[in-house]
Amino acid sequence: MSQLHLISILTALPAFGALVVAGFDAPSKRLARGVGLAFSLVSLALALALWARFNPEVTELQFVERHRWIPSLGVDYFVGVDGLGLLMVLLTGLLVPFSLLASWKIEEKPQLYFALVLLLESGLFGTFTALNFFHWFIFWELSLIPVFFLIKLWGGRERSQAATQFFIYTLVGSVAMLLAFQAIFLATGTFNFPELTQMAHDRRLANGLLKIGWLDMPPRLIALLVFGGVFLGFAVKVPLIPFHTWLPVAYAEAPTGVSMLLTGAMSKMGVYGFLRVLLPIFPEQTRAMLTPLMAMAVVTIVYSAWAAMAQKDLKRTIAYSSINHLGYCLLGLFAAMKTMGSDAVWLNEKAAALNGVLLQMFNHGLSASALFCCVGLLAERSGGRRGLDDFGGLRKVMPVFCGLMGIALFSSLGLPGLNGFIGEFLIFKGAFALSPLATAVATLGLLLTAIFLLNILQKVFSGPLNERWSQMPDLSANERAMLMPVVALMLAIGLYPQLLLGVINPTVVGWIKQIFNYV
Amino acid sequence: MLAWTIYLSFFGMAVLMLLPADRPRAARMIALGATLAGLAFAVSGVLQYRNHPPADTILTITQVTWLRSLGLQYFLAADGISLTLVLLTGIVAVAGTLFSWNVEHRTKEFFAFYLALIGGVYGVFLSFDLFLLFVFYEIAIIPKYFLIAIWGSTRKEYGAMKLALYSFIGSAMVLVGLIATYVVAGTHSFNLLDWVQVPFPRSFQVWVFPLMFVGFAILAGLWPFHTWAPTGHVAAPTAASMLLAGVVMKLGAYGALRVAMTLFPMGVAVWQDPIAILALIGIVYGALVALVQQDFKFVIGYSSVSHMGFVLLGLMTLQTVGLSGAVLQMFSHGIIAGLLFAVVGRMVYDRTHTRDLNALEEMRLSKALPFAAGTFVVAGAASMGLPGFSGFVAELQVLIGAWQAFPSYAVLAGVGIIIGVAYLLRAQQKAFFGDMPEKPAEPALDPITIPERLGALLLLATTVAVGLYPQFLLDLILPAFHPNAPLMGVLTRGGVL
Amino acid sequence: MNTVNYLGLLRLLAPETVLTITGLIVLFFDAGVMRRQSIPRRQQVAAFLLSAGAMLAIGWSRHYSLADPNSTSMLVIDPLTQLMKQVILFLTIFTALVSLESKFTPHVGEYFALLALATLGMMFLVSSVDLLMLFVSLELTSLSLYILTAFQKDKLESSEAALKYFLLGGVSAAFLLFGMSWVYGLTGETNLIRIAGQLRDRATDPVLLAAMVMMLIGLGFKIAAAPFHLWAPDVYQGAPTPSAALIASGSKVAGFFVLARMTLAGLAGAEGSGVWNGFAPGWVPVLAVLAVLSMTLGNLAAIAQTRVKRLLAYSAIAHAGYMLPALMAHNTMGTIALLYYVTTYALTMVGAFGVVAVVEQQTGSDAYDAFTGLSRRSPALAVCLLVFLLSLAGLPPFAGFFAKFYVFTAAASASTRSLGLLWLVILALAMSVVSLYYYLQLLKQAFAVDPPAGAKIIRPLPATLFTLVFLALLVLLLGALPHLLVNKLQAALVVSGL
Repeated sequence: MSQLHLISILTALPAFGALVVAGFDAPSKRLARGVGLAFSLVSLALALALWARFNPEVTELQFVERHRWIPSLGVDYFVGVDGLGLLMVLLTGLLVPFSLLASWKIEEKPQLYFALVLLLESGLFGTFTALNFFHWFIFWELSLIPVFFLIKLWGGRERSQAATQFFIYTLVGSVAMLLAFQAIFLATGTFNFPELTQMAHDRRLANGLLKIGWLDMPPRLIALLVFGGVFLGFAVKVPLIPFHTWLPVAYAEAPTGVSMLLTGAMSKMGVYGFLRVLLPIFPEQTRAMLTPLMAMAVVTIVYSAWAAMAQKDLKRTIAYSSINHLGYCLLGLFAAMKTMGSDAVWLNEKAAALNGVLLQMFNHGLSASALFCCVGLLAERSGGRRGLDDFGGLRKVMPVFCGLMGIALFSSLGLPGLNGFIGEFLIFKGAFALSPLATAVATLGLLLTAIFLLNILQKVFSGPLNERWSQMPDLSANERAMLMPVVALMLAIGLYPQLLLGVINPTVVGWIKQIFNYV
Repeated sequence: MLAWTIYLSFFGMAVLMLLPADRPRAARMIALGATLAGLAFAVSGVLQYRNHPPADTILTITQVTWLRSLGLQYFLAADGISLTLVLLTGIVAVAGTLFSWNVEHRTKEFFAFYLALIGGVYGVFLSFDLFLLFVFYEIAIIPKYFLIAIWGSTRKEYGAMKLALYSFIGSAMVLVGLIATYVVAGTHSFNLLDWVQVPFPRSFQVWVFPLMFVGFAILAGLWPFHTWAPTGHVAAPTAASMLLAGVVMKLGAYGALRVAMTLFPMGVAVWQDPIAILALIGIVYGALVALVQQDFKFVIGYSSVSHMGFVLLGLMTLQTVGLSGAVLQMFSHGIIAGLLFAVVGRMVYDRTHTRDLNALEEMRLSKALPFAAGTFVVAGAASMGLPGFSGFVAELQVLIGAWQAFPSYAVLAGVGIIIGVAYLLRAQQKAFFGDMPEKPAEPALDPITIPERLGALLLLATTVAVGLYPQFLLDLILPAFHPNAPLMGVLTRGGVL
Repeated sequence: MNTVNYLGLLRLLAPETVLTITGLIVLFFDAGVMRRQSIPRRQQVAAFLLSAGAMLAIGWSRHYSLADPNSTSMLVIDPLTQLMKQVILFLTIFTALVSLESKFTPHVGEYFALLALATLGMMFLVSSVDLLMLFVSLELTSLSLYILTAFQKDKLESSEAALKYFLLGGVSAAFLLFGMSWVYGLTGETNLIRIAGQLRDRATDPVLLAAMVMMLIGLGFKIAAAPFHLWAPDVYQGAPTPSAALIASGSKVAGFFVLARMTLAGLAGAEGSGVWNGFAPGWVPVLAVLAVLSMTLGNLAAIAQTRVKRLLAYSAIAHAGYMLPALMAHNTMGTIALLYYVTTYALTMVGAFGVVAVVEQQTGSDAYDAFTGLSRRSPALAVCLLVFLLSLAGLPPFAGFFAKFYVFTAAASASTRSLGLLWLVILALAMSVVSLYYYLQLLKQAFAVDPPAGAKIIRPLPATLFTLVFLALLVLLLGALPHLLVNKLQAALVVSGL
């Protein structure tokens, strides 16, 4: 085959790397790190190769590999990417080396740490490329285990509790989703996402659900419950408020490199799930529940911004800001689901919103992980302190660091010219037209975000220099080399969004035809 | 060929009995040889069956008249379900031998009883004459008793006696049912294939089905008859608890399916709901109780009750998908429970001499025994039903079946899964990743030995392999449940009511 | 009237004759030739002579087992009776071999001669079809057994047991005789076949019922069925162990056979029903009561025992209870099942008592404690004990399992109604669960508990050990391949038509 099974190789490579790295004995820490990084870089190269070979003109799935796996259960080995998948693969490929570099100084069993991160990378690649529920679910859950141990073994003081809470929350969501998919399988006899989308389209799914007689419930209610199960799985992962309580603890307790991956890549799994699974398979139910869903998105945006403002711990602040940013994505998504007729205007607005959502996913991945990385660097220098009020005037002693982190902050805030802007702009542009009231309220979130981010800027970088930190060293050459490319990428996307839009726009247009606009 | 699994086990037992007592190494090698050869025969039998599936799904191994006056036959045969469980027995038996490598006390007797138990188990799975099946079923009781009473720990005599009596009560119920069925059937044989043709009157099925089903299911840990399981598992030495949870509980489920359900479909239809409720209670109750145990082994013991609940729930769905899920779950739980007990009993208890989770918490064993910790983590993940491991596929199927038969139970069973995650995380946290400051003068623990590693890897590889490619086993199991299948097809043919 | 062909008669009674002569030879040889030898040596010679005689008798019975068509005679000599006689003779041989281990008496010759006499009584018992002959043989057996029980003169328990056995035995004999006299009064016949012919056309009346009950009481005593079991624990406990072995095995076989003969042949036509709803007066309900009481009392009382011989006694009572349903089933299958059961049971019992005899001889006690750690002190003996007890508990692959299974199947397919006696089967199975408990308690002592410090290794005589291992293998063989015995029984039964 011409594609050389690119996706399969891409998915398997980091897992193989994990095995290799885990096999190094205790003294060869340096070698283990090097090999681990090498594996992540090769994966990145593969992801870039995928991008290079990706045909942006086509709306269909590409690089498809499909083999029968468990015929009796409708399970296929089924992978492929469209613009969305490609974007996520790219993001993951970028973030993992970044995260490994940020974790370079871990001295306690780095072999295991690097191996777990690589395993997580495999899980992420798998999640973003698999197109059969069974296949996909393996990777969805596979990504949990490494994160659980990364937090539990290398995390902060409350690590055990944080890890357990994270695991149980996500798993409750997963089990709910699993149960729902079992019902779906029973109704349709397939686990393949594209086929399920098709079946939702021509109502075969709805008819199939009639087969399930559950306590004399009306079929509509059963369908809603099934929808609810799947929704719960993704909502916990994103997270939407009120399913978010695991997140601040987990992000705060995780080691820096893991926080970066958690926010940068794993939180995207939830949004990805909404896009790939929930909305295509349950358009009707989503529409029926649109008002509460929208309300939830808005609450997520505003509440998390508010909560971020109230935090004293920089890591927690960024954690809440992360919830806030993903809230925008969901706002855009739900707005695009609205039934609006098929006027070209509406179609354009929907396309804008959805393009914005995809961009936002990518951008947030970059900026949030850069921020976590910066906070990590800061905490490393301050002996673990990362309170908002612990610092001050750092600009004087570490200008390079402040400059780079400043860019990341502004990107996160959505300053035009940086990558964050373009995504949020598109979301708000589309959403405002489609759902003015909700969007108007959500704007409040934007405002609050600006306040707390600027607050960080002010309290940490400006003001009188806290004498305690007058000797704090600025970034080393290595650290600069680590942060620079990411910051450069923020600028690049900010100035030339077409770099990504070119890939995702055809996909989005395809969706609008198929999912977001049929009545 | 497959019959050699039985003969070799008993032959190994006989050789061990004649061996002088002061040759423990030879005893181990003989046991390993016998179990390995059993596994080899099991594997070759499975492969042969896959390559040349018999037309009516049933592979006759031997069929000779045994006692004409009663119509008894020595009838060994296999279909996909038997083969799956024979394979399971082979794997767990080898692993159990490896994990018993350190038995120094009366070594040859230990392995003699061990092989007797295994031989009995193979026999049950391969018997298609129900008298023969019953004989093997009972043969398995006494070795269990002695393995626990002699080599066990913690209240071993109580645990052993309880297990023996529960098993015997169950088999007494089964025997009553068998005799009654023999009389009513009037075929002058105990041949399963003959009996399945007999249309037993409904009034008869209604009382004899629960009698036989419960009689068998006592051994499968059906709530509220499960209480032997935790105490028995805890008291048993490692290899015995591996076999108990791994294989013996399957005997019960297998009997319930192969005998009670197959022969009395109308009885099943009547009792389907009540039994499903008991299974569900078992799932949730077992998990809840496991959540609050202080004894590491009790956690695993109750988790077995919970997981076997899935098997019984799957059986009660009466759907191909649920039934095959139940059989797959038998296999999967056999492997995983074996592994968990191996970690708890052999790797941890034999070294630390405690199973108290609070005491273990202070040792932070992940430092001292990283291999044990790693194995437990993976086995725990498999036990939680994370995808990629065998448990997931099995529970997935059981629940899909349950969705169709009784959706509410499916949802409640989902709750059981979540509690399962909770108790495994708790046990894992306390046993291996305790946050307590480490004890200053901790006695050095022996490193994990090679046989232990081999055993653990064998089981781990199996659960992953089946998790990733369940079709290998499903190819065996599914034809047996096809509506046209001569034996179990009666369950999925639809016209049960 | 035929003229009596004495030569023919002698040929038919050759086994009995041989055994009589053997008894006399043993007695005189021991008294005359062996006087000055050591006791073990005398035992060996006597046991050898007795065994040889018994083997000879077995050989003769095999060659001259022609059925006598004349059904009015006092004795029947057909394949079935000969088969049962062979079984009894084998049991005697085993008992004699097991006796080698025990040193309870200097009167070796008398002991072995009495064994021969008791066996002779049992053989006649098996053959008798006439009330008078039956009673006389019974007394011959019983008297010999009374003396065998009392044989350990230096032990008070032994005499006490014998006295108890004798008194209760006498009372039961009185019941039996009284019942027989009434039957004779009613029918004017002493031949069982003719009695059956008379009873067939007759409505059950209270006198017949009373007679029947009294005869069953008499025989119930013989087979130690509750509530006529009271002698058993004391006798098993007090008698020298080999004597107890014979009482528990050979006498049991003869007892059950004669009970079967009496009920199935003699009282045929007056059965009644063992199913409660369909109750009609007759011997089946009486046996049902005995069965229920025996199973329950025997098993429950056995739990509390701490001495092995007493345990075996109570388990014997329970086993009598298990066997009765086969008789009540009242069909060929039931009869075969009964005979199979009692044969294998007797073999097992001899074996079990043999193990006890060895342990008792070498440790001086038959308490559970004496068996502690037996598997370490004598592995072979322990494995034999395991086989015998598990067979008694009814676990496969041993003969006891198949026997129970056969009896229960026969009972469940009893002719009266489909699944007629299933309730008894259920009770019996429930009770065998109880029995597993107490057998396991003893086995636990032998296998699981470590021997006390300083415990001696137990070394049985080679001949005894060989006998026990042979018995254990036999129990295993008959359990795994039941057709070896069942087919024989079936063939004999078909020819004899009991």
